[in-house]
Amino acid sequence: MTTRAAWPALPALILLLVFFLFPVVRMLGFSVEAGTLDWYAKALGEGLYLRVFWNTFEIALLVTLFCLLLGYPLGFLMATTTPGWATFGFICVLLPLWTSVLVRTYAWMVLLGRNGVLNRTLMESGLTTDPLPLLHNFTGVLIGMVHVLLPYMVLPIYGAVRRVDPAIPAAAAGLGASSARIFWRIYLPLTLNGIFAGSVLVFVLSLGFFITPALLGGGRVMMIAVLIEQQVRETLNWPFAAALSAVLLVFTFAVYAVAQRFTQSEATR
Amino acid sequence: MRTGKGAGEGSAELLIEGVAKRFGDVVALDHVSLQVAQGELLTILGPSGSGKTTLLKVVAGFETPDAGRVTVGGANITALPPAKRDIGMVFQNYALFPHLSVKANVAFPLEMRNVGRAEIDRRVGEALAMVELAGYEARLPKQLSGGQQQRVALARAIVFNPRLLLLDEPFGALDRKLRETMQLEVRRLQRRLGLTTIFITHDQEEALVLSDRIAVMNKGAIQQIATTTEIYERPANDFVADFVGESNILHGTMSAPGLVALPDGRKLMVDSEAAPGAKVGVLMRPERFAPGGINEFTGEIVEAVYLGTTFKLRLACEGGQELLVRQPARGPLPAAGTTITVGIDPEAIHVF
Repeated sequence: MTTRAAWPALPALILLLVFFLFPVVRMLGFSVEAGTLDWYAKALGEGLYLRVFWNTFEIALLVTLFCLLLGYPLGFLMATTTPGWATFGFICVLLPLWTSVLVRTYAWMVLLGRNGVLNRTLMESGLTTDPLPLLHNFTGVLIGMVHVLLPYMVLPIYGAVRRVDPAIPAAAAGLGASSARIFWRIYLPLTLNGIFAGSVLVFVLSLGFFITPALLGGGRVMMIAVLIEQQVRETLNWPFAAALSAVLLVFTFAVYAVAQRFTQSEATR
Repeated sequence: MRTGKGAGEGSAELLIEGVAKRFGDVVALDHVSLQVAQGELLTILGPSGSGKTTLLKVVAGFETPDAGRVTVGGANITALPPAKRDIGMVFQNYALFPHLSVKANVAFPLEMRNVGRAEIDRRVGEALAMVELAGYEARLPKQLSGGQQQRVALARAIVFNPRLLLLDEPFGALDRKLRETMQLEVRRLQRRLGLTTIFITHDQEEALVLSDRIAVMNKGAIQQIATTTEIYERPANDFVADFVGESNILHGTMSAPGLVALPDGRKLMVDSEAAPGAKVGVLMRPERFAPGGINEFTGEIVEAVYLGTTFKLRLACEGGQELLVRQPARGPLPAAGTTITVGIDPEAIHVF
């Protein structure tokens, strides 16, 4: 397609090769060092570990779903409101993105704990009598991850809505479509690519997410990245950690490949 | 402001009364009033920024006026949302739904009105046949040429028998040849269906081709509403005279009945009943000059252009007056620098 020289990309390629690809390959090598696939058999054969994979998948799916439910209206509003409000929306979406995930996750711990801001407010206002279990469980992980990953959903959707020529929904209104019908018949189909891009991004990021599930899950919500870290740091079982990483990597690639196919068939239609 | 003959004919299907709209300090519409008769095609002609698009948006419901009323068929629609107005509109860039087939695009307004499947099929078929696009039902808009997209937009705007058809500079994106074809086609269709139509354009030639009447707009106000010939032959003011067609506009004072004194002392014989002493504008169309006309102008040719059927000559006359003259292209093109004399009869001069 293009005959332009590739050399400007060379420094970055070398950097990736030396500091990313090489360590990954080296690490994956650990998993088959013994010359057998035993560690893979363990990762994929034992119910305990399959459960962790399933858990990860389930959380990633739910996080994606909630990000979509929250992110679509937000992205949509930002794309269709006045420039002033759009800027305000951008600040709200991007500010967290520029803040460390660690800081944000600790902030959620302050908010969600047994004596956290949220529970105290709820009890003082008389809405609940006992503190709600919001931290160190599934709910906490979900809340934290949705918050951290929301921008990755909002931005592609914002972009997709912005690409819709404003004359098109106006034409639909002029032809007799109510706001609801304009949304279902016009905006939604025309922004599917943004929904898709945001969902894949959030889902893939969720699969390997570590800090938030580790801190907000308090060791009770086991996601694959948390398990890998445990194997490396606590049980020092590097080959098994490597095997788990390989499975995660393959799964992530698979998701990505399927997504790629979809967007391509969409583009060539 | 003059009102042409067409205004009184038939019943006023669309009535715009005292519509005003400002955006911040900018007055987009300065209390505009006009009426369009049942089945009439009225063109709103004006340069960009004249308020014509804002007026169309007010009629379509995309803008709410600060003051005034819009009535269609006797019903006040000023506060109705676009979806409830029953107005078909063709947008500048057609605004076809890119993800829907031609058929689904045209079926859209019918679906919004909960028309039955069989009825939709029948009416979409009819509408597409009318714009000569039968057989293109399954195509997507991007698989069509500009002219075909335009036809789809037109079919979509008329398929639900709207009370009013609005055309917002619909031919701007088409090349000249196609534009002319589409203009005639739209005109034919509009007549056949008896659709009350407002057409927006900045192209005066297009306005002359298509319209029953033309409303010329400038700076948010209507300068003149009249039939096409009236607008061209008897413009109401400088702006209209200048905007529609080529023109030579002079200003002077009536010195006696039928005599205009120009600032340089020249006197022009005109066919006008304006009272002596009145300040008047004088319009002389370039093609109305002929050798031997009663009011003579002598000048040096500054520029001579051959335009196929006519020569377009720019004359520098005595007294510094510049004149644009068109003459039938017969014989060799007069050379620049030669001095010629042209004349114009009193009846060919319009005084306003």
